[in-house]
Amino acid sequence: MTIHTEPMTVNVGPQHPSTHGVFRLRVTFDGEEIMEVEPVFGYLHRGTEKLAEERNYVQIVTLTDRLDYVSSMINNQAYCLAVEKLLGVEPPPRAKYLRTLVAELQRVASHLMGIGFFVQDLGALGTPLMYCFRTREKILDLFEMLCGARITLSYMRPGGVFADAPKDFWPALNTFLEEFPSEFGEIEQLLLENEIVMVRTRGVSTLPLDLAVNSSVSGPVLRASGLAWDWRKMEPYDAYDQVEFDVPVAQNGDNYDRFWVRMQEIHQSIRIVRQCVEQIEPGPARLELPLVLRPRPGTEAYGRVEASKGELAFYLVSDGGISPYRCKIRSPSLINLTATEHLLVGWKLADMIVTLGSVDINMGEVDR
Amino acid sequence: MSASTTVQPLEAEYLAGLVDEAVPGSVVRWEDLTLWLEPSRVADAAHFLRNSPNLDFQFLNAISAVDYIDHIEVVYHLTSFTHRHTAVIKTKLFGREQLSLPSVYNIWRGADFQEREVWDLMGVRFEGHPNLKRIMLWEGFEGHPLRKDYL
Repeated sequence: MTIHTEPMTVNVGPQHPSTHGVFRLRVTFDGEEIMEVEPVFGYLHRGTEKLAEERNYVQIVTLTDRLDYVSSMINNQAYCLAVEKLLGVEPPPRAKYLRTLVAELQRVASHLMGIGFFVQDLGALGTPLMYCFRTREKILDLFEMLCGARITLSYMRPGGVFADAPKDFWPALNTFLEEFPSEFGEIEQLLLENEIVMVRTRGVSTLPLDLAVNSSVSGPVLRASGLAWDWRKMEPYDAYDQVEFDVPVAQNGDNYDRFWVRMQEIHQSIRIVRQCVEQIEPGPARLELPLVLRPRPGTEAYGRVEASKGELAFYLVSDGGISPYRCKIRSPSLINLTATEHLLVGWKLADMIVTLGSVDINMGEVDR
Repeated sequence: MSASTTVQPLEAEYLAGLVDEAVPGSVVRWEDLTLWLEPSRVADAAHFLRNSPNLDFQFLNAISAVDYIDHIEVVYHLTSFTHRHTAVIKTKLFGREQLSLPSVYNIWRGADFQEREVWDLMGVRFEGHPNLKRIMLWEGFEGHPLRKDYL
């Protein structure tokens, strides 16, 4: 016989150390069990889409950095692809390889952060997170060599990248690639078959595939539910049609699978980076385009990439002016949260934050 | 699964034929890859797009809205995982006040937050949405900031 208690409504966030930003949940509990949940957004809403209507096409690159601020490169890439579609131009091959390379490094950095905070939410305070940050820090050092910034990078431009990589970038990248397997091996050894991680996350907060698809869930969360759908394969952009990689997929859709898919994707990303280093050839890294871009009036483009969180897309409409008439951002973090209610209701308070960590959201992108 | 390994956009002319046959009077016009629908028939057409075995659009990528001063256009981007094709569906709402569209929430759960966002920032109501309230801004906020006449 189950004993019910008086329902209690608890407010989690927006200032909560483990909600990964200013995210708020209104949760009703029956004892420890979640009965109802309502996510509340908007605490980081800066009106990026409106701001974009007031800036020219190149300036908007800096706005995209501030969406998902742990994977700025991929945001830049999605936006630049949309502008290039709008203009009907294509960047030179070297730019395509550079973009693919940095986007994959960024994916590794973003996934490492997702994994680090996920196990931190499980109670592994500090150690695994620092292991992840150690490697992420080296990736940020590489980015610093490319563009001088570490987080808000603005490295890409419509038509290519801001500048070719400096000479000493390549030896530094090689050192990183040499050190990476043993560093990541340590993280894998520590976490992948860790008994506590397995017991706490296997079979918890399962997301069936049909519900995931119907809720427009994308990225690692969708792949953990059993569908090998990756826009890098399905609609190849930049140099993704030139490199070989696999799409890791899991079947159970539980917290462990979402974590596992991210771990495997890191291996694939490094594989892509290695191929880019081998295949890249000298040449221009940026197309000669005017400083102020004016796409033809009435044109529109939907530029999409497989970001670290899911399908990130920019829907741009031009009226012939120097700034887009409309710049809509399809944010994977926000739309992945559509499944929150299903993921949380019926599960325990202790699993709530872990589940949110496994979905890996970024509030800069949710609220925009 | 179709033979194609990558995703291809579907020609709007082909799509228009199928949709118009299943939901008569729903198609307004088509051009290249874009199909315009009658606003009042959007949910019926969406139901057909979702459930027809030839189309099988089980994934709603995005709902966007664009303000063209005399009308607001709502855009649906769709993908079929099984047939590996995509489509762009649009509908035009004329006027500035009391704009509304039938909700596609019951067809794609993924419309939940996106329809709330369009209501919040662009001021288009979705009839049949179970929880249509502001999402980014707070209740009591006046106006819809993404409209061209807001600022």
